[in-house]
Amino acid sequence: MAVDEGLKIELGKQGVFVTTLQELYNWGRRSSVWPMNFGLACCAIEMIATTMARYDLARFGAEVFRPSPRQADMMIISGTVTKKMAPQVVRLYNQMAEPRYVIAMGACAISGGPFKQGYNVLKGIDRYIPVDIHIPGCPPRPEALLEAFMALQKKIDAQPLTGEGRPRHLDADAPGEFPVPAQGEHDLEPAANKNVWTVPVVIR
Amino acid sequence: MKTLEEIQAAIEAAVPGAGVEIVPNPAPSGEHSLRLKPETAVEVATFLRDDGELALDYLSNVTGVDWPDKEIAEKVKVTRAVTKTVDGVEQTAEETVEETRKRVEPGFLEVVYHLFSMARSHGPVVLRMRTGNRSDRVDLPSLTPVWRSAEFQEREIFDLYGVVFKGHPDLRRILMWDGFKDHPMRRDYVAPDDFEYEPTPHDEVLARAQAHRAAQQAAAAAQEGTGQ
Ligand code: SF4
Repeated sequence: MAVDEGLKIELGKQGVFVTTLQELYNWGRRSSVWPMNFGLACCAIEMIATTMARYDLARFGAEVFRPSPRQADMMIISGTVTKKMAPQVVRLYNQMAEPRYVIAMGACAISGGPFKQGYNVLKGIDRYIPVDIHIPGCPPRPEALLEAFMALQKKIDAQPLTGEGRPRHLDADAPGEFPVPAQGEHDLEPAANKNVWTVPVVIR
Repeated sequence: MKTLEEIQAAIEAAVPGAGVEIVPNPAPSGEHSLRLKPETAVEVATFLRDDGELALDYLSNVTGVDWPDKEIAEKVKVTRAVTKTVDGVEQTAEETVEETRKRVEPGFLEVVYHLFSMARSHGPVVLRMRTGNRSDRVDLPSLTPVWRSAEFQEREIFDLYGVVFKGHPDLRRILMWDGFKDHPMRRDYVAPDDFEYEPTPHDEVLARAQAHRAAQQAAAAAQEGTGQ
């Protein structure tokens, strides 16, 4: 049930705190997102800077970088995903706790970046796993990562607990396991997960 | 340091029948190199390392080069006999004509070693070795037993160029995965077509981009077909 914002503030002045279960629940979720301790290339250095005192990701409740995917619910793809590494990234994502979120950080994670025409680099991690937030840049500055994190918090905040768009752990139909690509003779097989990514057709 | 000719002579004296050739480098740097015969390469390398005067104890770099088959067009002058009728009398005359002949120079793979001496602070001395061809005679002796630092770089050349180093202690792919079949640094390698081309390609890239777009549109159309 929605509470009128003005009334809420008015009541707050009188010392009465009004909220909804959804708001409380999402406030808790968004204030303690635990990222996975996992860096891939040069972008990881900016991610590390973001967690340090100057930029201080701890202000947003996300300072606990967990070394195990079982304890983490956010994955920051911070850098170049090589085709050799891609199956491991998908496997780690599969092992994370629901509801899990993915931030694709930097040009490489989004599209292959400067290595786009290389034989060995995956052209964007969204070919295999769903990505919530993309941050452009090479590398994105820590401020950009903070911005992305705030955008993710807004996204979590806006998720209803029932019905369409509810978080994945409350949705029994949401796929929990994403197929791990195999390393084939010439390329990864399949080259993309058809359920999360289709070839974008460029209209000219 | 000794000149390359002196080194060549020293090698010849130490390893009879080494068959070391000097490969000149026409660039301004003039960094000429020594081409070793695969059969005697390990012996020669050991000599270069252990010789008191050369003492090439530090291998700084190993790299590969791919030389694809080359088609060479040559103009050759050919003389042939022509029969002509001059004043009602048949005469045979010699005539010179220019002819263009094409021949294919077979390609090969090449491995290049850069050596320095820490003990005597000189270098570099550049060594080369060539394989027989690019398909089935790609064996070369490994110089890892002589210079340990060659190990990973020879693995990389094996991975990216497909040179098989005999005598290497642990010859596996190092950058690509084990099941991978191609050698991406070869000139004729075709990478998987899985990226968007830049918006303004030209020349050769334009042709590739157009083929890519056509294939992509066909794939998208096929996808729509199955989706509905
Ligand atoms: S986007 Fe740029 S900075 Fe980030 S991993 Fe790629 S190359 Fe490095």
